[in-house]
Amino acid sequence: MQYTLPLTEEDLSALKAGDGVLLSGTILTARDCAHKRIFALLDEGKALPFDLQNAYIYYAGPCPAPKGKACGSCGPTTAARMNSFAPRLLKLGLGGMIGKGEMSEEVRAAVAETGRIYFAAIGGAGALYGNCIQKSECIAFPDLLSEAVYKLEVKDFPVVVAIDSQGNSIY
Amino acid sequence: MRTLNTEEIENCIYRLALQAGRNLTPSCLTALREARDTESGSTAGFALNTVLQNAEIAVQEKMPVCQDTGMSVVLLEIGQEVFLTGKLLHDAVNDAVRRAYRDGYFRKSVCDPLTRVNTADNTPAVIHTDIVAGDQVKITFLPKGFGSENMSQLHMLTPAKGIEGVIDSIVQTVQDAGSRPCPPVYVGVGIGGTFDSSAFLAKKALTRPVGSRNEREDVRYIEAESLRRINALGIGAQGFKGDTTAIGVSCEVAPTHIAGLPVAVNIQCHCVRCESEVL
Repeated sequence: MQYTLPLTEEDLSALKAGDGVLLSGTILTARDCAHKRIFALLDEGKALPFDLQNAYIYYAGPCPAPKGKACGSCGPTTAARMNSFAPRLLKLGLGGMIGKGEMSEEVRAAVAETGRIYFAAIGGAGALYGNCIQKSECIAFPDLLSEAVYKLEVKDFPVVVAIDSQGNSIY
Repeated sequence: MRTLNTEEIENCIYRLALQAGRNLTPSCLTALREARDTESGSTAGFALNTVLQNAEIAVQEKMPVCQDTGMSVVLLEIGQEVFLTGKLLHDAVNDAVRRAYRDGYFRKSVCDPLTRVNTADNTPAVIHTDIVAGDQVKITFLPKGFGSENMSQLHMLTPAKGIEGVIDSIVQTVQDAGSRPCPPVYVGVGIGGTFDSSAFLAKKALTRPVGSRNEREDVRYIEAESLRRINALGIGAQGFKGDTTAIGVSCEVAPTHIAGLPVAVNIQCHCVRCESEVL
């Protein structure tokens, strides 16, 4: 099944935990350090350097792009490290997350409450995911290098619905 | 006495690092293919298929197999009859890592533990040197990703726990890790020694080919029984529920103290990357 981001309400109610999906559209990378920065800005009441509304965060830190490619290898990182961050971002309007592995009960509950979604990408498939990226641009925290926020345009990016909008989990 | 310039060691590590970042080991590929061919879970099967496709793309396009190109763990077994000349050995190792991670477009994943500031060139490497007999130098390069490293555990058991306690600790570590370390995992176990040396033994166990067996019969029993119990957990590839949660368990043993039974369990994800060369 192919879907384009951002997902519509109809898409969200159709997608069930365990479904295999090919995603196309815009996603933003953010992992440990970027989340700490985002939370520091939120706590200080400052504006974020990008719009969180209906954005999709990909828990990932890419390899540098070799010549002729938009991005280097770029598979998902362990989502559970972002357990403490995801619920607040979902409640602020985040569209969903892409990562690998189970997330906490709090995250599952927040996904259900907000009717959003968590997709699992296949960990360790960095080269394959890198090839699904057509455009990459660093849009925040460039000093964090691979941990900065990159805006990625992806095409046919293979994922599995890990927590659906009703809160059903594959794990 | 044989004279060896550390420049040769540096060039060798440079080659090994580039090769390791882009290739799964042959034994890992064999084990993953077998897991795919026998998997009964459809989502786990999809994950294993994707992982194998990815391995092909990485080789064809000279891309890192996984974006986590790891901390560089370098094992050097240096013959006692070798006289090293040239730059300092540790400088040679780190220069090789710096060059390989730049030229291979590998991710630089090393940072200060507290400030989290990235060193920007993947140095320093974790270097283990051992002085052995002979006039050769054996170099092993193992890029270690941290999704799996984070799930590793050290258990200081009492001797009364015995072999069954060792197996319980291994299985429990994999169960606690769940879907997080990118299963199917390869499990390296160090049994005995001290707090620190058991952890090193566990890392060393990961340099063995997947599916290799320890020469001691009681240790082979621990390897086989742990693997059987881990795969009975049903966690499966990526935690999608399936038949293969681990592709192998390798145990190394060393004498320990009469009061203790250290068991270090080092988890390696399904991207087993390890290259060796003898100079």
